[in-house]
Order: sequence, then structure tokens, then C-alpha cells
Amino acid sequence: MASLLEIDGLKTHFFTSAGIVKAVDGVSYTVDEGETVAVVGESGCGKSVTAMSILRLIPWPPGKITDGEIRFAGTNLISLSEEEMRNIRGKDISMIFQEPMTSLNPVLTIGMQLTETMLAHTTISEEDAHKRAVELLGMVGISEPDRRLAQYPHHLSGGMRQRVMIAMALSCEPKLIIADEPTTALDVTIQAQILELMKNLTRDLGVAMIVITHNLGVVARYADRVNVMYAGKIIESGTAADIYYRPHHPYTLALLKSVPRMDQQRQAKLDPVEGQPPDLTMLDEGCAFRPRCRFATEECAKSFPSLDDVADGHATACFHKDQVAATMKEAS
Amino acid sequence: MTPPNEAVARDDAQYRGKPTDEVLIDVKNLKMHFPVTEGVFIQSVIAHVKAVDGIDFKIMKGETLGLVGESGCGKTTTGRCILKLEDPTGGEIIYRGEDLMKFDAKDMIDIRKKIQVIFQDPFSSLNPRMKIGEIIGEPMRVHGIITDEEERNKRVVELLTTCGLKANFADRYPHEMSGGQRQRVGIARALAMNPEFIICDEAVSALDVSIQAQVVNLLEDLREQYGLTYLFISHDLSVVRHISHRVAVMYLGHIVELAGCDELFDDTLHPYTQALLEAVPIPDPDLENGRAHKIIKGEIPSPMNPPSGCVFHPRCPKAVDSCKKEFPEFREVKPGHWVACTEV
Repeated sequence: MASLLEIDGLKTHFFTSAGIVKAVDGVSYTVDEGETVAVVGESGCGKSVTAMSILRLIPWPPGKITDGEIRFAGTNLISLSEEEMRNIRGKDISMIFQEPMTSLNPVLTIGMQLTETMLAHTTISEEDAHKRAVELLGMVGISEPDRRLAQYPHHLSGGMRQRVMIAMALSCEPKLIIADEPTTALDVTIQAQILELMKNLTRDLGVAMIVITHNLGVVARYADRVNVMYAGKIIESGTAADIYYRPHHPYTLALLKSVPRMDQQRQAKLDPVEGQPPDLTMLDEGCAFRPRCRFATEECAKSFPSLDDVADGHATACFHKDQVAATMKEAS
Repeated sequence: MTPPNEAVARDDAQYRGKPTDEVLIDVKNLKMHFPVTEGVFIQSVIAHVKAVDGIDFKIMKGETLGLVGESGCGKTTTGRCILKLEDPTGGEIIYRGEDLMKFDAKDMIDIRKKIQVIFQDPFSSLNPRMKIGEIIGEPMRVHGIITDEEERNKRVVELLTTCGLKANFADRYPHEMSGGQRQRVGIARALAMNPEFIICDEAVSALDVSIQAQVVNLLEDLREQYGLTYLFISHDLSVVRHISHRVAVMYLGHIVELAGCDELFDDTLHPYTQALLEAVPIPDPDLENGRAHKIIKGEIPSPMNPPSGCVFHPRCPKAVDSCKKEFPEFREVKPGHWVACTEV
């Protein structure tokens, strides 16, 4: 299958008074048509900034894409004019944000917000846009769609608003949806409903999706492929099975071991990743994870390990990957 | 109705140490109804939000009781009622034999030395204009526990070390610290009073997973070290399962199930608890793809206008006609396993 999106050596830096924050520092990954790719990592690892860079939504100052290419269906998005970029946002690539409470305009009706994108991007008539809006709301499981179109966001619950966001994202039949923590603000029973809905819709409509999340459970349910990020770099990528069953990076391994699991016997103690996440203004040329890593050696301080294949489609950026894999095998 | 008694999960002793048989706090038929008013000058009460609507539970000394539920179920209000940060509408809160409901604001000052709280948001629960040392020292100064400043600073350093922070953090401001470090400050501040009971209200929910595990371990170590008792309020079932001796599940102001931790997760009886467990995604792709995912439909109703009878009946897959009429009795179906459902 052809790659729909290719990110190649992307660097997005923020020039602040405290120094240059290398939020995204040489990230490359691809998304194939109809595929769901997850980007996992903790706060500040650069997962959201990568997504915002794809849509060129990085505010300057202080942020700037300093290097790299983002090719979407053959076009390098970075070389496009603002005008051309606007034609892509919401049409070919749409976005679902985390906060359903703040990402809808409180003074516009649901109907106006839903039809706005369609009217801006296509030649559809207002009447047809309205019809399509009703259809979309029905598709995302909102009852009485006709009545809902006249309502304002504050009339709806959090789960409902997220359904509206999904309907908006789907309205112009995009090829790619970027979902940034789509269910983090929702309760678990509602989260389960939304995840199921998104999974079915993307499958039925053949839309590719990038899911950005910190929730390893969500990734397991969802993703075909997974990229794990730490301090602005992808440190491991592979299929969901590669990441969960055969991790080769110490951070991936530590992340998996630090969450209490519902399906296993309770442990006496959790196994946390010691130390604090790094300060992105203070990074040196070595591996950013080494202060927290129990495999770290002198070699790790000298240079950043390259992202090398350990198997077909599975790559890891660690000098000690074989040792990590052996530890995982022993543990299971 | 007799309140739930002291049943401890079968192999808890092996994992979390054994709580004592001494009842520390006994909450009986606790109710907190917030009035909803209308009008600007002449305000009239038009309805009540029944945030907590008659709940019963006991916590033993040295025990961690997990309290889980989704937003708006009343779990946070329950914690605030125990501290009398709200003025409960009815019920009893028996703490060491005395009913806190009869205490006035002045009496509560003494009680709040013994009962402390750790809040969810480490960003808004610390005063940004105070140094960490002042934040941790303040309760000791206010309650007149250590009046000498030098003594107090020594104690602050001791508390910082206990919570895994360096002594020089005392001179820093909250904005210089990460979320995990701030939450440790919140814990150090709670410990400053030598409390015996700590209400942890979503204490680890705002933290990243790698940091969350550190703080959970710290809370467990402190419980062992100081014989603390916790009410651990959270929406995260996997963390609650890890840390608790017993777990209570709340839905729309009611406790619907209460049992020893392993018992609750192994032999889940209430349809709502079952739905909750079903909804939690497990970090294992094969397992996730193999699961049936029975997803419950509908939204959580408003506590201002809760459904009649059993509040869960509109979403319940097992609901029968009688569920619409009467809230089911909270009964003990197995030793120590309490359920509010007629269909169990």
C-alpha cells in the first residue's frame, strides 16, 4: 500500500527566553492509507507538536519548523503557501482535539459549526450541507439529529460534544484524521463508546488516522502501528505486537511495566521509571533517556543511537537493544 | 440496614499488609444535596442536586478504601463531606466514636490535624507565590505545632526527604517543579500534621504513567511506615485495584457495590461495576482484540433529575420492571460483599 503521509526528519523548535526547546527533533514516520498509527509518550515528549506541525499550526513566535519534510499524497506540506494549506486543513486532513469542552465555539449552534467546514471547502448548497449534517450526526450516534443542530455546545454532554467533533472531522471526507488524546477527558464507559465508534467509522470509510495518546490500553485496542516518543524523538516503532510483546527500548519496557494491569495478579509494588522527565532545553548529544535508564553505559552519553531495524518494520534507537529484549524474554 | 462490615480480601495480607480490626471512620446514611436556586434578589430553591444520596461505609485503621466512579458520581463530594468542607444534608460521620456532624467549625480545626487531604491538581493546589518550604511549613505554623522557625525548617527538610525530594527544594517555587514533584510536595504538606487518615482525591490522576507509579509506591510506603489510613478516590480502576484493601463503586450518589479488592474484581456482581471493568482498555493487543467489548449505552444522567428506582436502570442490561420503582436494598450477598441490585 502507498504511504499517504511521510514525515521525514521533522524538527520543530521553540525559541524561548529559557533557550531553544527542541520539542520535535528529527522525527520520521509514515502513515499508509486506511491505517491507524498511534503516537505514544508522556507529557512534553513532542507527540502533539508533531501533529500540529503536520497541519502547520505551530504559532510563530516562538515555534518554528526548522527542518524536514512532510509529504502528504506526494505534496510537501511545508512548501505550501498559507492559502494552499488552508484548503487542506479540515478537508483532506482533519483533527479531533482532546478537550470537547473548549474546542467547539460556545456561541455558534452545532449546525453552524458542522456546515461551516463543508461550505468553506466544497461547492455544496446550504440546504444540502444541512442534510449532510443530519446524516453525519446520525452516523456518530446522536439521537434526534435535526433538533441537535439548533442547539449550542453547552446543551450537550462531554461524550456528545466529542461525537460532534468526530462528525465535523468526517464532514469533508478526509483522507487522514489526526486525533489528539480523543478520549482522555471522557469517563471510561463513554471512552469505550467513542473508541468503538471511531474504530468502526475509520474502518468503514477507509480513513487513515493518527492517534496521539498516553494511554497504553487505548493503543492496544486501536493501533496497527505504534511510534513511542521520548524527548522529541521516536525511540521505538513497530506493530502493536512488536511494541507490547517484543520491546527493544528500555523506555518502552519501563513504560509497559509501570502500569498496574487489570488482567494480571496484583503486584506487591509497581515498577516505576525512576527520575524525572528531561528538561528539553538542556539536552546534549547523548541519549535523553540515559539518566533514568538502568541499561545506560558511557557509550550512551557520547551520541544519540540511531533508529535501527531489529526486525522487519520494527526499529529501536538503543545501543543495548539486545540486552533489553533478553530482559523482556526472561520476564515473560 | 446494617452498614458494611470489616471484610478483608483473602490474600491482601500478602500484598498490602493487614489492616487492623479497629474502625477508624464509620459513615452512615450520608447525604449531600446541593440546592439549585433561581432568581437574583429573591432566590427560590427549584431543585436539589443529590450529589451523595445515602451512603454507608466503614474504614478500618491502616486500611485503604478505594472509591471509584465516573465524573459526577459523588466521590469527591463524599471526601469533602468527611472533612466538613461541605455541610452534609444528613447522616452520621463517626470518627473515633464521635459524630463529626455535631462538630462546629472550631471543633473541626482539631479534627483536620488528624484528617488530611491530597488534591488532584498539583498545579492549582500549591500557592504559586510561596516557596515549597513555606507551603509545607504553613500547616505546622498555623496549628501551632512547631512555633520555632528553625525547628520547623528542620521538619520540612525531613518531610521533603521522606517524600523523595532533595532538601534544597525548600527554597524553590512550585513553577520550578514538574507535576510529579509538585504532587510529592502535596503529600509532604499532608504529612506535616502527622495525620492518621488521608483522603487522596484523584491524587495520581494528573500524572504521567511513569511518574504515577512512583507516587503510588510512595503512598504505599508511607502507609506502612506511619500506619496511615487512606480513602483513595479515583476514576482509574487499575490504580484503585492496585492500592486498595477494599473497593466501593459509586454511581449517581449511591454506592452500588462494595467488597474486598480481589473479591470485587474477580467476582463482580453489580451490572454497573461489570460495565466499568469491561470498558477499561488493557495494554495487551491480542487480549484487546479477543475481547467482546460489551459496551453500555447511554450517558450518565443528571444528578439533579436522577432516574426513578435504581438510578442505573436506564443503562442496565439486566433491568427488570421492578428496578424502575424502588432503589434496591444495599445487602450483603457474601461475607463482606455488598451489592445494591435485586437481580444478583
